[in-house]
Amino acid sequence: MGAAPLLEVKNLVKHFPIYKGWLLSRQVGSVKAVDGVTFTINRGETLGLVGESGCGKSTTGRLILRLIEPTSGEVWFEGNNVLSLDREQMRALRKDMQIIFQDPYASLNPRMTVGDIIGEPLRIHGIASGREREKRVKELLEVVGLSSYHARRYPHEFSGGQRQRIGVARALAVNPKLIVCDEPVSALDVSIQAQVINLLQDLQEQYGLTYLFIAHDLSVVKHISDRVAVMYLGKIVELTDKNSLYQNPLHPYTKALLSAIPIPDPTLVRERTLLEGDVPSPINPPSGCRFHTRCPVAEEICKHQEPAFEDVGGGHYVACHLVKKSQ
Amino acid sequence: MSKHEMAFSSAVAKQPSAAKEPKGRSLWADGWRRLRKNRLAMLGLFIIAFMTFLAVFAPLVAPYDPIEQLIWTKGKAARLAPPSKEHWFGTDLYGRDVLSRVIYGTRISLTIAVAASVVSLVIGVTLGAVAGYYGGKIDDFISWLINVIYAFPFLLFVLSIVAFRPASLTLVYVAIGFVSWPSIARVVRGQVLSIKETEFVEAARAVGAKDFGIIFRHILPNVIAPVIVQVTLGMGSMIMTEASLTFLGFGTQPPTPSWGYMINQGREYLLSGQWWWSVFPGLAISLTVLGFNLLGDGLRDALDPRLNK
Repeated sequence: MGAAPLLEVKNLVKHFPIYKGWLLSRQVGSVKAVDGVTFTINRGETLGLVGESGCGKSTTGRLILRLIEPTSGEVWFEGNNVLSLDREQMRALRKDMQIIFQDPYASLNPRMTVGDIIGEPLRIHGIASGREREKRVKELLEVVGLSSYHARRYPHEFSGGQRQRIGVARALAVNPKLIVCDEPVSALDVSIQAQVINLLQDLQEQYGLTYLFIAHDLSVVKHISDRVAVMYLGKIVELTDKNSLYQNPLHPYTKALLSAIPIPDPTLVRERTLLEGDVPSPINPPSGCRFHTRCPVAEEICKHQEPAFEDVGGGHYVACHLVKKSQ
Repeated sequence: MSKHEMAFSSAVAKQPSAAKEPKGRSLWADGWRRLRKNRLAMLGLFIIAFMTFLAVFAPLVAPYDPIEQLIWTKGKAARLAPPSKEHWFGTDLYGRDVLSRVIYGTRISLTIAVAASVVSLVIGVTLGAVAGYYGGKIDDFISWLINVIYAFPFLLFVLSIVAFRPASLTLVYVAIGFVSWPSIARVVRGQVLSIKETEFVEAARAVGAKDFGIIFRHILPNVIAPVIVQVTLGMGSMIMTEASLTFLGFGTQPPTPSWGYMINQGREYLLSGQWWWSVFPGLAISLTVLGFNLLGDGLRDALDPRLNK
């Protein structure tokens, strides 16, 4: 990959402090939501980010946009260190980075018309005003498959799928380069999911968009992604292109996740790796490899030493002692 | 950017001329639709509309001058006259027409209710929004202030003010407004706390909206409904408060026709049979407070965000 990546995330960390006491409150610990995440996204590609709920994947998306301030780490977007920008520079950069949310009911202001919602980014960045803005809003509505007269309606008059399209139109209004899709279809009916996914793919092709696609559904991610990163307890455990991940998963956690995907063929018998126990608390994550408490093949070293996140060949990154040993 | 724009326009070139579609129904329109179906709420609205009408057009509606003492022109017969054709609500000790005085009294009560509400709204919404949005030490301080005012004996507070300044209408509504804002601030703070965590606020932040814009365009419009309910219900108790203040002699001063003042004056004659002097203003208070409470309850149901799907 010759060209510089659009987005480069290095060792990103977010610890949410936990306070106790009222008068003399002190920090008693922290939730290690994201604990050293590193990846890159190339121009025009879709990086899928998967993991169980609470693994820090949504937080990662928000950290990149600085909707949450990171504790440490670096985020480089087109050669600029996003985390060193001041307020005004950050506001300007928001034109290039947008987000689509999970819940189409919570992500649209119920007191604003759809036209005002989609027009807001245009107003804030001074892209268009008056008639011009109205025209752009109508164009955007058509682009996402709605009708221009919908601009005068309110969000509660739409279905979940339509609302998600409105959310997409809002994100698209500023002609962004990167869109963080935070589980954009998880809250939708299965029949609607496909429509929204197809819309996102069409838009990507049309406008050369780059996606960070966050999801917990591996089959959705498989459909849309070029490369996939698997997260567990605030860390990425495996990152590679889609085909090698699905055909040749190396990390035991990835294997377990993949074996949990239902296959629509009742006659097919396969070996399933069942994970035991729950995800450990991110307040006090396990020592060594974070997965060792649930790993079916864990060895002594996994308890003490944290495995490095390394390229094992052909851009296939994995953090596991056993993979390294077997090579 | 130009490339993008070109693509956008070409994608839209074949835009069909959309048929005239009705404008969207706002949540306010939905709320009004629900409110209209609620008979009790509409009764409350009617009572308040009627009282407002009386207040605005008092000089046209009232049969007599509320301050004119008829004993000077009509003699002793006009003193404490029971309800009759000429004086529907009777007359008081000075020969003043009680009906006219009750009608003029709506002016005082409604003025107090509206003005005190404005005072408490300005303070309550500002402090509540600031506390909820910024949190931390500011929130701690404002929440502490709310509790202090809640705990402070209201009459003592007004008394201490009156000790320095002569009682006046302005003083009364400022004082009432000043002790009523905590309930509004509390509602606003709670709402802001929950709304600022919603995804649409996050979305506004993601497109680069500033704090000011987020508060005024996204958060406050979603707080208005519960605040309206709070204010409507509060108006009833404000009218009661004004009446009690005046009853105790700290409110509006004679000869201004105020309900509380009339009740106070007439109470000595209740047992001796001249009940009309204080009973009619008492009924007026009850009716107005009932109106505000019925409307407030109806609004709470009609504007319930859980019905907003």
